[in-house]
Amino acid sequence: MSVPLPAGRVREVLRAPNPALASRCDEADPTSKEVLQLAADLLATQAVSPGCVGLAANQIGVTLRVFSLDVSAHPRTRTSHGSFVLVNPVVESATRKDKVREGCMSVPDFTGDVRRPSRLVVRAFLPGSTEQVTLQTDAFEARAIQHEIDHLDGLLFLDRVVGAHAVFPRRHYL
Amino acid sequence: MPTVAVTVVGADRPGIVAEVAGAVAEQGGNLEDSSMTLLRGHFAMTLIAEVDDAAQLEERLAHLAAEDLSVTVIEVPGDDTASSRPARYLLSLHGADRPGIVSATARAIASGGGNIVDVTTRLGSQLYVMTAEVEFTDDAAAEAVIGALEQVAQQLGVQLSLVALDPAGEEF
Ligand SMILES: [Zn+2]
Repeated sequence: MSVPLPAGRVREVLRAPNPALASRCDEADPTSKEVLQLAADLLATQAVSPGCVGLAANQIGVTLRVFSLDVSAHPRTRTSHGSFVLVNPVVESATRKDKVREGCMSVPDFTGDVRRPSRLVVRAFLPGSTEQVTLQTDAFEARAIQHEIDHLDGLLFLDRVVGAHAVFPRRHYL
Repeated sequence: MPTVAVTVVGADRPGIVAEVAGAVAEQGGNLEDSSMTLLRGHFAMTLIAEVDDAAQLEERLAHLAAEDLSVTVIEVPGDDTASSRPARYLLSLHGADRPGIVSATARAIASGGGNIVDVTTRLGSQLYVMTAEVEFTDDAAAEAVIGALEQVAQQLGVQLSLVALDPAGEEF
């Protein structure tokens, strides 16, 4: 379904308050060379980052509507579509909210409780393809996709927390 | 029975909550609303209780004050939980730390008639985060303050959002 990607390069992950994380990303051409390289770079960077289940393009400084995801190893996962990249994702439906504590590579010092829908249908392009796919998922994968789409809209989980006592310092163990 | 507000602040160690709660109980006290947290490693507790005798509670807590903790006990009027501002919003703000973020934001909220009822700020290595629950008389009052808040955010170079909180909460 998707075309073979070029070799990915590991990129630096930007941290808030970097302005790239606050910008609304632009629609991307899923068949362009730039987007294929971006997809490969996202997957490569995600793969070498411990605990990273997803990465949005603006987290590596590219303000295009592209993100990578792989929640297959996470214990909260039910449905998983493995490791993939979506281009120009659009939420078709989102239902059944629940509250989970989220973290983010771009916000290394904090975690936060966020309420999000746990049933999700998303429409998007795969890299190299001009045909849209529809992806139906739930639980942790649904949450991770919405977290990444928020990035593409310039939002962090900090913008979605449930109350004044919902942001926590992340423990750094030696 | 008098209602008292008790604050305990100082170096953290195990057992402080047990001692404070024990002292309140000994004074026939019913611990009502309370809040305890660590701020940069400092113990900080505030509580409202009804007790037999405020002066005796203060005396009972005096030994805590002798060990590096600052303790205050003051009499306050009774329950005041009724709010005339039923529209509750959450303000989230994050950006590089700089002086004046909280004061400028709080001023914008106050000038629009909003009342901050709960606020937490956190300073990370590169990022300052503020989350505040704010009550307004109605949704229109909240919307009216968004312009001023956006101006503050632009001046401070921070990101800010104001979203309605469901007053009843969600049930499962
Ligand atoms: Zn993230």
